[in-house]
Amino acid sequence: MRALPLVPELVRQLFRRPATNRFPAKYLPPSIRAFLRDVQAGRAAVNPPVPTPPRFRGKIAYDRDSCIGCTLCVKVCPAHAIEFIPDIKKIRVWVDQCIFCSQCTSICPKSCLSMTDAFLLAGEDRYAEDLIVE
Amino acid sequence: MSGESKKAPYRVPIGPNHPALKEPVMFTFELEGEVVRDVDFAPGQAHRGIEWMGMRRNPVQIVHLTDRICGICGVVHSLSFSLAVEQIAGIEVPERADYIRTIVHEFERIQSHLLWAGVAAHELGFDSLLHLTWRVREEAMDVIENLTGNRVNYGIVQVGGVRRDIVPEQHAIIEKCLATYEGLLDTLLSFFLDDRTIRMRCRDVGVLSRKDALELCTVGPTARASGVNVDLRQDYPYAAYGDLDVKAVLPDRYLGETHGDVYDRIVVRLLEVGQSCQIIRQCLSEMPAGPITAEEKLVKLLATCKKATGEGIGRVEAPRGECLHYVRMEGKDSPASWKVKASSYSNLMSWIPMLRGSQIADIPIIVASIDPCLSCTDRVAIVRDSRRSILSKDDLHRLSVEKTRRLQG
Repeated sequence: MRALPLVPELVRQLFRRPATNRFPAKYLPPSIRAFLRDVQAGRAAVNPPVPTPPRFRGKIAYDRDSCIGCTLCVKVCPAHAIEFIPDIKKIRVWVDQCIFCSQCTSICPKSCLSMTDAFLLAGEDRYAEDLIVE
Repeated sequence: MSGESKKAPYRVPIGPNHPALKEPVMFTFELEGEVVRDVDFAPGQAHRGIEWMGMRRNPVQIVHLTDRICGICGVVHSLSFSLAVEQIAGIEVPERADYIRTIVHEFERIQSHLLWAGVAAHELGFDSLLHLTWRVREEAMDVIENLTGNRVNYGIVQVGGVRRDIVPEQHAIIEKCLATYEGLLDTLLSFFLDDRTIRMRCRDVGVLSRKDALELCTVGPTARASGVNVDLRQDYPYAAYGDLDVKAVLPDRYLGETHGDVYDRIVVRLLEVGQSCQIIRQCLSEMPAGPITAEEKLVKLLATCKKATGEGIGRVEAPRGECLHYVRMEGKDSPASWKVKASSYSNLMSWIPMLRGSQIADIPIIVASIDPCLSCTDRVAIVRDSRRSILSKDDLHRLSVEKTRRLQG
């Protein structure tokens, strides 16, 4: 029995690459907003995130034209994130409430709801335009 | 605290939020010098009203709510709830679905036990081991993500079966992960069990005798580390466990003796990682072909659940112990009653014999050693006239009788 079995592993670890993917930048920028402005202006580059797995459940996509307004998705949404608009018989999805269970996409008879790979949805405004799908 | 004695024993409150405790619980220690003379604790600081939400939703919605009762045991609660609803509605789950449920369930056990091992190392001040364990844990998280589409909140279980099949291409990914863990297990055991620091801090610390473990009805690894041979997977098999060869992991089978201390709890949890690997391997080789759900059309499933009347109980061996869901349906969309008993509920009382007589410095590791999950446990908060009150055993008994009468109608 060795008294400190972890020590050799720790020494080896010094020469290994870090396991963490450094997203969005190698070091945390002092200001994320300034960093994003730099990225948009082409002065900095984003370290890419880990690719999403197959059949990842990200931000919902809605094909408005093929929707028949059956409201089945409203019935199975656990988070009450889907609102039915009776006047036009279409739905509105509040992504800020969505829990990404993909239940609505399974029940939709016309397959007009689907999950995309988009996952960078954090924001300060719950009612931002890109967080309302209609 | 005014008017209390200034002499020993000193009364020291720790919590509800404290850096040494990961979850909200209020401890009151009576200390004499460095020694804990007595301890009292008050859970119920993180009541979220999940059951209330569930009673306004249909079973298909609740399954996704149950995913969110616990951040770590995502499949346990949904499986347990589904078992209860299937029992009421008389839905027979296809065999392949049972095997897929078992595989995801065991991967969850692997990641949960490794997470706990890392936390235990952190509570001992051994952060390099924490980082190493959590790096290793990522392998299981990646496989879970590949199988279910998400790292946490898997959403794979549905009443009547599972929502995603395991395709042949995924077998290779699972095999690779299992091989990694089986190769790593001896190293991990050596890192944790041969280390002098861990041995010094954990051997004969936080001892729970077999008698206390039985009397306090502890469950899961906490009970097994005290030598109690309980494991729902061997005692009351559910899902595919009836076909599999599962024996409760007891510390004396590995070390030849049972102390019932923190060290034994580490042994049990790490050995269960190896056991889970074997179970998954067996599942993969024996998995039958066939449908993965009893009712593919969700609309039909909703109608079946709506017609169902009766009561059902789902019991599942969570990584922390037995988890129980009681559901009562009365022919409506939503259940008439839904009760969740998370595994930590049974284990919390074991803190008192463990902490009595221990040192202040050992409080964090002893508290963490039962792997408490307090937010999952908190099902009740009693607030009257904006003040919290404590109910005695007699009050609780009276309320329990009243509720039973109400349910009986």
